[in-house]
Amino acid sequence: MQEKFSQILLNAKQDVEKIDNSKDLYDLKTRYLGKNGEITALLRGMKDVAPEQRSAFGKMINDLKVEVEKTFDDKDQMLKQNELNQRLQNEAVDVTLPGNAPAMGSIHPLNIVKNKIINAFCGMGFEVFEGPEIDSDYYCFQALNIPKDHPARDMQDTFYITENFLLRPHTSPGQVRTMENKKPPIKILSPGRVYRADDDASHSPMFHQIEGLVVDKGVSLCDLKGLLDEFVRIIFDKDTKTRFRPSYFPFTEPSVEVDVSCCKCHGKGCNLCKGTGWIEILGAGVVNKKVLEMSGIDSNEYSGLAFGLGIERITMIKYGISNIKTLFESNINFLNQFNRR
Amino acid sequence: MKVPFSWLKEYVDIDCSVQKLEEKLFSCGFEVEESIYVGKNIDKIVSCKILSIDKHPNADKLSVTKVDAGEFGIKQIITSAKNIFEGAIVPVALDGATLANGERIFNGELRGVPSEGMFCSGEELGINDDWYPGASVNGILILNEDYPLGVEVKKLLEIEDVVFDINVTANRSDCQSILGIAREVAAALNKPFKMPDLDFDVDKNISTKDTVSVNVLDQDLCQRYISWLVKDIKIEQSPLWLKRRLFSMGIRSINNIVDITNYVLMEIGQPMHAFDLNDICGNSLIIRRANNGEKIITLDDKEFSLINDNLVICDANKPVALAGVMGGLNSEIKQTTSNVLFESATFARDNVRKTSKALGQRSDSSARFEKGVDLYSVEVGIKRALNLICRLNCGKIACNGYDICAHEIQNKVINTTVEKVNGVLGIDVPEDVIKDILTRLNFEVELNDGNLSLTVPLYREDMEDYPDIAEEIIREYGYDNIVPTLLKTGAVTNGGLTNEQQKEAQIKEVLVGYGFNEIITYSFVSEKEYDQFGFDKTAKEHEFIKLINPLGEDLAVMRTTLLPSIVRAVAYNLKRKNFNGRLFELAKVYNPVDKELTKFPVERQKLSIAVFGDKEDFFTIKGYVDGMLNAFCSGLEIRYVRSNVSCMHPTRSADVYVDGVNIGYFGQLHPSVSQKLDIDKPVYCCEIDYSVLKELFQDKLTVSAISKFPPVERDLAILVDENVCWQDIVDAVNLSGGEFLSKVKLFDIYRGDQVEKGKKSVAFNLIFVSSEKTLVVEEVEGFISSILKCLREKLGAELR
Repeated sequence: MQEKFSQILLNAKQDVEKIDNSKDLYDLKTRYLGKNGEITALLRGMKDVAPEQRSAFGKMINDLKVEVEKTFDDKDQMLKQNELNQRLQNEAVDVTLPGNAPAMGSIHPLNIVKNKIINAFCGMGFEVFEGPEIDSDYYCFQALNIPKDHPARDMQDTFYITENFLLRPHTSPGQVRTMENKKPPIKILSPGRVYRADDDASHSPMFHQIEGLVVDKGVSLCDLKGLLDEFVRIIFDKDTKTRFRPSYFPFTEPSVEVDVSCCKCHGKGCNLCKGTGWIEILGAGVVNKKVLEMSGIDSNEYSGLAFGLGIERITMIKYGISNIKTLFESNINFLNQFNRR
Repeated sequence: MKVPFSWLKEYVDIDCSVQKLEEKLFSCGFEVEESIYVGKNIDKIVSCKILSIDKHPNADKLSVTKVDAGEFGIKQIITSAKNIFEGAIVPVALDGATLANGERIFNGELRGVPSEGMFCSGEELGINDDWYPGASVNGILILNEDYPLGVEVKKLLEIEDVVFDINVTANRSDCQSILGIAREVAAALNKPFKMPDLDFDVDKNISTKDTVSVNVLDQDLCQRYISWLVKDIKIEQSPLWLKRRLFSMGIRSINNIVDITNYVLMEIGQPMHAFDLNDICGNSLIIRRANNGEKIITLDDKEFSLINDNLVICDANKPVALAGVMGGLNSEIKQTTSNVLFESATFARDNVRKTSKALGQRSDSSARFEKGVDLYSVEVGIKRALNLICRLNCGKIACNGYDICAHEIQNKVINTTVEKVNGVLGIDVPEDVIKDILTRLNFEVELNDGNLSLTVPLYREDMEDYPDIAEEIIREYGYDNIVPTLLKTGAVTNGGLTNEQQKEAQIKEVLVGYGFNEIITYSFVSEKEYDQFGFDKTAKEHEFIKLINPLGEDLAVMRTTLLPSIVRAVAYNLKRKNFNGRLFELAKVYNPVDKELTKFPVERQKLSIAVFGDKEDFFTIKGYVDGMLNAFCSGLEIRYVRSNVSCMHPTRSADVYVDGVNIGYFGQLHPSVSQKLDIDKPVYCCEIDYSVLKELFQDKLTVSAISKFPPVERDLAILVDENVCWQDIVDAVNLSGGEFLSKVKLFDIYRGDQVEKGKKSVAFNLIFVSSEKTLVVEEVEGFISSILKCLREKLGAELR
């Protein structure tokens, strides 16, 4: 009997070995373990076994059954694994094919730079104020110490709408409007579109500036230097240096042009800085006493700092853009290059 | 401002290099934009004596010459020149030489005969008659017969110089002259400044005042007028040194008198004029505003009809000069001139500018006056001119002259303190340094106990108060001494963006997330664009603000809508084969408040959006718009109603209402507009009145708890007339669905064989949920039947 059982187990193992799919395995399993299966038949034969042997016989059949079932289960596991593997193989994709989520858009480079500048100064306690683009002669010129006969009126070619209204040629009116409406301490940035009748590879009739203004007790050129040092480190890189040189603006006295060490060659001299190692980026100075007084601020108690910079210029330097027109053409291939954070 | 180094050295002993001087000027506020090295190119052009001239064996027009080139030996030169002769000293470019224009000369062969160089003309040395007599002739420059041989000609003719082109800021009109720059150089180098000689000898028998009368009627436009008579003038050529000075500034020599006026303009910065007294009727000069319609012919033979704003110098009958701009042809200096009336004056700079601009007539004088001439220079100018008359010995100078001044000329005095000055700078510049710097800049300095009393030099009309003094000190002391500080005395402020400013950035980020590229386009557009877009002439869009002086018709009016600009951007991209794109712009539009523009125009922010490409249709742009609005107007009702904006597709565009307020429109651009712009693909666009929308932004977000009870879903398909729109169905369902209805979601619209013509089947999904209980089937069935009842009654809908 023992031998017969061993033979059945051996046969089962050999039969299972030959199977290569789940369905055949199932059919085979039915042949051994199904209602009419070989082992089921053995169980049915129990009634013919002597009662005193039944216990031992039963155990033997059970052991056999367990053994055979395990054989089938193992095979089943293996086949399922194989089938899964096969399915996964069939599901292969070319992982280098392009993804199909919509591509990210982009903020305009001028606004990327504007936002960076605003962030840099907001961290130093500045607020943002935007004035009108169509402004009056008073705010654009007179209140900035540029009276009607002043030669500085020729410094920019202004677009006029009426004798009194014009497209602001700079964001400096933002200074005046702020001082009229706010008591010191004042720390503001005034960004926005400005307009001058100028049109070539480095000038656009519409461009963007940011004006900065600080009015407080005892502020000096040293503070201007400190603020701008901090600013250029954030906008360019942390090794960037600033250089002041004397200049003239009617609304500041003293006035300075501010150069930064060239971000491309780090001061060694290259085509960007025309070999000087320095790039002019903004004009600044101590707010002219007359401008403070005209806006109702006591110049004996307070002093002010102001700076104004062209966003296009900084953007062009930062990203190596050679023609200002590129910024206003709306070419998607250009704009898409700014779609990274 | 052009400044020849050689001329500068006349007033200051400069012992540093050109580069060092450039640096010094740069750091004290005078950037040298360019240094022109005159004659730098010229090399190996030496003086030679012509020994023999023979006919060329193979060419009639050429000669074979032998020259003595001094230490370079005897050379054979082939030439076609006709003005040479044996014994002449001429410049010869030897083998490897360079001409003024950079051209190189090498040994060669002409018609089979070797030539070891080339004879040079004045032009090839970069000079003309004003530099060296004979240099302008059409031929070879014949040099002085005393010159040594074999010497570089540029040394012999003193051609080499450096001309600085200096950027002078608008406040420093006193530095629009060689003298002004020289004063700055002297201060920067801490060297003494040598004032040019202003002395002159007079003839006691000649009196300006007894000969002519001078009256300034409009002193508001002429602050100072000096007139001086010089008699028995000999009109002749100027001496070489004077011609060379003018040549180095690019000015042609005319005759001694004209040259003197030009010289004074360059050297002192004072425009001068000289009248031929014989042409001055009534021996009388009157400075007054022109009469309307009065005429003058200027020196360059142009006639102008004047208006009352123009200032003129008149004799007893007629204008003889356009003040500050140009003299009249009727009184110009001629070969026959014997008596001259010199004018040195200052005219109001804005008046000169206006006149010059209005008449389109510019001159070196008007350019100079526009920058501002100080009252002091008027006197220096006339003295220098008379000094030169004396030096050239070309006339008898009157013993007096007119000096008509609007007010007394006095030195300004600024009283301030060292503390105030240093307060501006933020550093402590030592008192002795302050004193030294200001003294170098010709201030008279009194320093007592920290108090500064400063007498300002007359030419520094820009000095007003202590900040000006602070600037003078720091530009000489050096900006490198400024130590960075971060508002050490300032109050702490709480900066940052306002909520409104943050929202702007956020709405852009939402669009960027949807794949939009932000664009920036010009605020001024062409008026024609509005006709292309079919905006009615009476529409608000047509109420433009126009520029008086636009750069062109295409940039002539301030835009009232962003739509044309963004559609143009789409067209631009399609032309460049960028066939898919999503663009937006957030910018201002400009509307007048009144036609006469007496009030500030209104500037409103608008948001424009455009999408184009295979994947876009009405519903993609609606999705973006709706998604954006939902993100910022949470809880408010957003409704879409068919639009009748003229530039949009009449059946594929919608007006958008948020909380009942119309905030804009979107949809497909009208095909006829697309066609006019050469766009052959559908463009979907949107314009939102951002100024209106931002007032509707919702900041409060209330989160409702998620029900722990299971939702019940039901699908319904109903049959309705074709003209029933989805919004009608939603409204009816919401009206009748009861308190537990939480969502209505469309999933299919069917038209076709299974459905009667003129009808459509609309299938949607309803979700009911209660936060308090599990809904039982009977309840839901009740909601469904009331929904169906309502749909039937309101829309004639039938359950399918």
